[in-house]
Parts: sequence; C-alpha cells; structure tokens
Amino acid sequence: MNLDWSNVFDWMQLLKCFAVGGAICVIGQILIDKTKLTPARILVIFVTTGAILGGLGIYKYVVDFAGAGATVPLTGFGYNLAKGTIEGAQQNGLIGVFTGGVKAAAGGIAAAVFFGYIASLIAKPKIKKQ
Amino acid sequence: MDPTESKQEYQKYVDKKSPNSPIAKNIFNAFWTGGLICSIGQIIMNICKERGFDQTTSGTIVSIILIAIAAILTGLNIFNKIGKFCGAGSLVPITGFANSIVSPAMEYKSEGYVMGVGGKMFTVAGPVLVFGITSAIIVGLIFLIFNTQTVTLV
Amino acid sequence: MQKLGKQTIKFDAPPTIKVCSSIVGPKEADGPLCKYFDQTLEDEFWGEETWEKAESKIIKENVSGLIAKSGLATTDIDFVIAGDLLNQCISSSFGLRDTNIPYLGVFGACSTFAESLCIGSILVEGFAKNIICATSSHFCSAEKQFRFPLELGNQRPPTAQWTVTGSGAAMLSKEGEGPYITHITPGKIVDLGIKDANNMGAAMAPAFVDTLITHFKDTGRNPSYYDAIISGDLGYIGKDISIDIAKSRGYNIASNYNDCGVMIFDKNKQDTHSGGSGCGCCASVFSGYWFRQLKEKKVKKLLLIATGALMNSTSSQQGESIPGIAHAVAIEI
Repeated sequence: MNLDWSNVFDWMQLLKCFAVGGAICVIGQILIDKTKLTPARILVIFVTTGAILGGLGIYKYVVDFAGAGATVPLTGFGYNLAKGTIEGAQQNGLIGVFTGGVKAAAGGIAAAVFFGYIASLIAKPKIKKQ
Repeated sequence: MDPTESKQEYQKYVDKKSPNSPIAKNIFNAFWTGGLICSIGQIIMNICKERGFDQTTSGTIVSIILIAIAAILTGLNIFNKIGKFCGAGSLVPITGFANSIVSPAMEYKSEGYVMGVGGKMFTVAGPVLVFGITSAIIVGLIFLIFNTQTVTLV
Repeated sequence: MQKLGKQTIKFDAPPTIKVCSSIVGPKEADGPLCKYFDQTLEDEFWGEETWEKAESKIIKENVSGLIAKSGLATTDIDFVIAGDLLNQCISSSFGLRDTNIPYLGVFGACSTFAESLCIGSILVEGFAKNIICATSSHFCSAEKQFRFPLELGNQRPPTAQWTVTGSGAAMLSKEGEGPYITHITPGKIVDLGIKDANNMGAAMAPAFVDTLITHFKDTGRNPSYYDAIISGDLGYIGKDISIDIAKSRGYNIASNYNDCGVMIFDKNKQDTHSGGSGCGCCASVFSGYWFRQLKEKKVKKLLLIATGALMNSTSSQQGESIPGIAHAVAIEI
C-alpha cells in the first residue's frame, strides 16, 4: 500500500482521540459502578445523549476535536443518526427525517445483524472460565 | 439495633454492608481500553482517508471493521473476558453494540434460527436502535420546524 | 406428628435420610468440596445440545444414581419431589419423565431442596415408605433465563452470586438408622424491599433469620443446641448480614453457622464474588458434604435452612422488590 504513514499515525490526533474516547468510556464506567444500570440501559443513555447533543450541534465540535474518539463510542452512533436525519431534512424535508438517520447508520446496523447471524451459525456459547 | 426495623433502615444497612466495585481500577481500565479501541478506529479511519475515501464513508468502514472484530471475538468466546476486564471500555464503543447483538444470537440458537437467533438477536441491542432512531427523528422534526423559521440548529 | 409453637412440626417417628447423591459441574469440582461429590462433570453441556437438556440430564442421572446407591427398586419409591429454577420447573419434569415414579414438582427458588425435604418428611410420617427429594440448577441456563447471554461482555458486581451447576438428591425412608429429620419449620415470606437482583444474599437474609428464630422459639432450643447451622445460598454478604440481624435479636450464631454458597467455591481463586447460589447449591453441598459429616457422626445435630428469592425476570423488570423465603430442617443422629 502506498500510504503516507505520517498521516496515518498522526500522534497528536491519536492522543486527542485516545483521551476523549477514554473519557467517554469512563463516564460509562461510573454509571455501571454507581447506578447499577444494566448494559442495555447504559447503551441507550449514550445513544440518546449522542443524538441530542448532535441535534444541538454540540457533538460536532467533539468530533472535530477527537475524530474516532467521538465517533466510535455509542454517542457517536447517536450523533450519526441525528446528523443523518438533519441532512435528510435539508434535502428531502419530512421524508428525509425518516430516511436520513438509518441511512447514515446503515453500515453499522447491517454489519452487526449480518455478523451476529453468521456467528450464531458457527459459534457456540461457552462458560466463562475465569 | 435491629437493622430490619424498617425497609429504609435495612436498605441503608445493606448498602453499608455490600462491598463496592473497585471503581478506581475499573475506571483506569475503562479509560485506557476505551481510548485504545477508539485509537484503533482512528488509525483505520486515517488509512481509509489516505486511500481516498471521504469522511462519511471512512466512518462507516471503521464501524463495520470494529463490529466485525467484536463479532469474531464474541464468536471465539473471548469477548466476555475482554468485557469483564474493560467494563465500559469495551461496552461503550461500537464493539459493545456488536457484542450485544452477537451474544444473544449465539445464546438463543437453541430456540431455532427464526425465533431464536432472529427473534432474540435484539434483546439487548434493540432498545439502542429504538431510542437512537426515535430521538434522531425527533431531532430531525425539531430541526424542520425551526428551519422553516430560518433558525438553524446546525 | 405435632405442631410446636407457630410454624414448627415435630415428628413422632422421624424419617431417616437413607442415602444422598450429588453431581456437580466443572467449576464446582475445582472448588474446595470437590472430593465430597459423587460425580463431577468435565463440561457444562455433558454431551447435550442445550443447557436445559444438560440440566435435565444432571437431575436424571443424579436420581438414578441415588436409587442405585439405596439398593431399592424404582417400584419401592412412593414419590419423587423435585424442583429447579427454570420456568415451570422443566429440568426436573423433563429429567424425571421416564422414571415412572409419581412426581410432585415444587418451586421455592433456591429453598426448594429444604421445601421438598419438608413435604417429603410429612409424607413419610404419613404413609409413604421411600421418597426422593431432588433439586438442580445450572449456571448457564440460569444466566440465560435471569441475566444475560453468556458471551455478553459485562462485569459482575461484587455482590453477585454464581449459580451452582449441580444437583443434590436425598432419599427419605420410614425405616433406617438415621440421620433423622426430627423437626421442620417451613418459613414465611419476608420482603424488606431489596430490589437489587445482584444482591440476593441481602434480600434473603431477613427470611433466614426469621425462620431461624421462629425455629428456636417454637422448639425451645438455642443456637448452641446445634453442632452446625447451615444456610442455603446467602453468600458472604448474606451470611454476614444474617449474623448481624440474629445478634441484634439476641441470638449469637457466629460460632457454628456457615453457608453452603460460601463453602462450595474458593472466593479468591474462583472469582465467584459473593459465593454460590441456586437450587443445586444447598442440595449438592448437603448431599455431598453435610450428609457425610452426619453419617460419620462428626456432626450430630444439624439445622439446615435453605433460602430462596421468590422473583423472576419479569418481576424485577417491573421494579418489584425481592421476597425471600427460608425453610428449616433439623437433622439429628
């Protein structure tokens, strides 16, 4: 591959990504340990927060600053959905509101469904040997 | 004093008696593992951009690759050990979303492919999609309303 | 048979526990009680396709092992009283459907073993000659039904307990040389509003102490009467809480009290947090360890109080608190 590795390993950018991504996970960890919320509830809180902050235009700044550090956590998934609906609204009005969000997140959703199905064909659950 | 005198007393007493999670250790692990997963995502993103994909497509590729990795690790019975160590560090990134779809799919295979795998796949992740999509649509609707009055939110 | 005090039944011709049998899974076999169990499994599936089938096989094989050990024929058994944690007790009913023994399915969550001993000893005091009491639980089937898929990467809080994979079974007979079930104290439902399904010990401890003290008051006995007082699956936290509550009500049980959930795993090596739980916990530890102690007369007076959390996944999702129950069985030789 003919890549400019200095762009791939942009250390300053990676450091910001690491710090912000880690910090978002720390919020999740505090929720787990302090509130006894189940994993599903924690994921819901993150995705909803991401969508709201995305709608308010705040999360965009986090994404600009931290890149994948903001898009890889589930808040980024919510941001992506909200961004999609807004872009859809701009292009197609009301219909765009309904199609834009899922369209923007389609890759992730489809991949998760597909790989989940494939894994269930091949793999079997095993006990946690800890 | 008898701690079971009232429900409130007993709850207070139980909270005092129950050991807390090792929160400092958990936070430390969640921080560096979560940061690491995001950094791997960033590296993939940078490679995509170098190869000429735009921002949005690169983001989608990152999601798909991380989801695939999480699905494979779940299938190999490794992700639960990773999750136990990382806590929110592997739960909050998109890897946790993938794990929450793949793990019930595997678990409920014994109830058949249609109602087991197909039906139970979203027992944990379903709410994420429901609340994510609904809140995004509400955001879009609000945007539409404000936008017609030429007030933009984004 | 006569009633003492509020809740206790005293037997005039106390039924004998003739034999006991136990099977446990691989993790339990790694624990400190390994050598006391009749059979230990290499893996949780035991050659079956599903966790549920594996659990059925465990109780089935355990009951046939028990019958073989007793030297009786299947036709000599009047009833089998069994239960487990799965919805509608399918492990027991599926596991025992081919035995041709009249079957009474019971549910008392993790207290089921003591509940079946209570019912069984009343039947033996009545007309029955031989009765089998058996329960089972399986870590994987319980996780699937009550918590999360096994492969979900979540963290267990330190108050969580580990469902025991295993089964215990006891045969009660009219004739025999002991150990005898002399008294039973079926318990009341006690609910002090604990809602955390990851802290069962705290939810069940008040029920345990209630049954314990009722037993002492009804029989006029005190904690030092017994060589050992054993709770079912309160775990480390529940055990600690129980000692505290009993003390505050004037009963000191700290010296001769232990918990099956504490005994079955090595907390530090096996990462089982607050200890073992499940119908199979107290059943296998009693059948494997305590019954042997009684037979060898190392323990002569034992009070077994199995505890149960009477909830299901729907009730906890609807925000209900967890009602606790505890049944006491006094066993003497």
